[in-house]
Amino acid sequence: MLIEAVYLKYNYDFRDYTGASQKRRVLHALAEMKCATVSELQSRVMHEPTAFAQLLQYLTIPVTEMFRDPEYFAALRTQVVPLLETYPSLKVWVAGCSTGEEVYSMAIMLHEEGLLERTLIYATDINQASLDAARRGVFNLDKMRLYTENYQKAGGKRAFSDYYTAAYDGALFDRFLTENVTFADHSLSTDSVFAETHLVSCRNVMIYFNKRLQDRVLGLFHDSLCHRGFLGLGTKESLEFSSYASRFDVVARRERVYRKSAQ
Amino acid sequence: MLKTVAEIASVLAGFRPEALIIAGSAGGVDALLKLLPQLPPRFSLPVICILHVPGDRESRLAELFDARLIAPVKEAHDKLPVAGYTVYFAPAGYHLSIERDRAFSLSCEAPVHFARPAIDVLLESAADAYGPGLAAILLTGANADGAAGMARVHQRGGLTVVQDPADAQASTMPESAIKRCPPALVLSLAQIGALFPLLEKS
Repeated sequence: MLIEAVYLKYNYDFRDYTGASQKRRVLHALAEMKCATVSELQSRVMHEPTAFAQLLQYLTIPVTEMFRDPEYFAALRTQVVPLLETYPSLKVWVAGCSTGEEVYSMAIMLHEEGLLERTLIYATDINQASLDAARRGVFNLDKMRLYTENYQKAGGKRAFSDYYTAAYDGALFDRFLTENVTFADHSLSTDSVFAETHLVSCRNVMIYFNKRLQDRVLGLFHDSLCHRGFLGLGTKESLEFSSYASRFDVVARRERVYRKSAQ
Repeated sequence: MLKTVAEIASVLAGFRPEALIIAGSAGGVDALLKLLPQLPPRFSLPVICILHVPGDRESRLAELFDARLIAPVKEAHDKLPVAGYTVYFAPAGYHLSIERDRAFSLSCEAPVHFARPAIDVLLESAADAYGPGLAAILLTGANADGAAGMARVHQRGGLTVVQDPADAQASTMPESAIKRCPPALVLSLAQIGALFPLLEKS
């Protein structure tokens, strides 16, 4: 069907995405793209690359916020940073970074802990439009109140407004935050590991994947992480039902921070 | 409105529920505090509860009810298999779905009816997963979330029960569902409590 056709023609692999949310997003795309049936949508997508680009926006879910789950960032500060400090240089992978909220949050946290200058952050996603938005670093001004609250709960050390300039209805984040960020097109479904990293943060991305793809992705992270490297997940995700459960140690259970096992 | 247990039992005769969803919004915590303690001991169906809760902080509902119920109470997490003899609560800040392999999945899609978790999202996915094996109860609430979901449950052959709007703390939610698709049963909270043992036997 549609998802198979998209894979064959455009090489975007959504075949192992979970059923319920994918069904909702295809139905949403049908309504928004004014197609009566999935086969009508499929034939449009197969013949018009612009229709595919549009569909891709519906199939991927660019809904995120800065310092979402502040306790996660607080746990990174208190339990992961002290160990990261021992390395002369660091690599951090924010996988499935969407429109960049998580990347800027990570950069601000690392900056305040004195680590940003010696850190290279890889921010990857399959959605080029999201990556472009992430590079621009302009976020909705309406959200800044929520983000400021989150930032403070996450152990923020300054005024959150120090990091952005308000212009019209946008908040433009400071360029220095992304000087060491490489934004790159990378598919967790089909691409392989590209660097050795000390910390992988991949939150609320694998919730859209079935167990098979989740296991593939955890394999990528395991391969990418250095000896005793760290992995952060979303607070309602877990390694418990994956085949990698025994290959990571728990650092902070509630906050879902894990560490690659020693063996 | 049906009155007697015998009348209710006759409606239930055709159903064989494998899972029970109980949903609500405004007034829902109070309703569940009255309702859930009436679950028979060792109730064999999974009971999945969803209330509209603010998305910006952790929901404490699972903890609250775990202290009050004999059955184990858990928060539904991503990829957790749906198991019997257990009461689940939808976490705050995510949509909750049930997949065809009978495991929970979470999603950060945009709110539906200003709600995340949205009742429609859970009911529609569970109706797809369980078909006629789903029983859904919609309680008190002040918006129309749940109406589309209950219609889907009905369409897929599941059992739909809506709290009598006159008995509900907030009537909009049950009224919207009744208007959209007449449910199999419209019951008071007290009658819904009496329904539980019948669900297991039907």
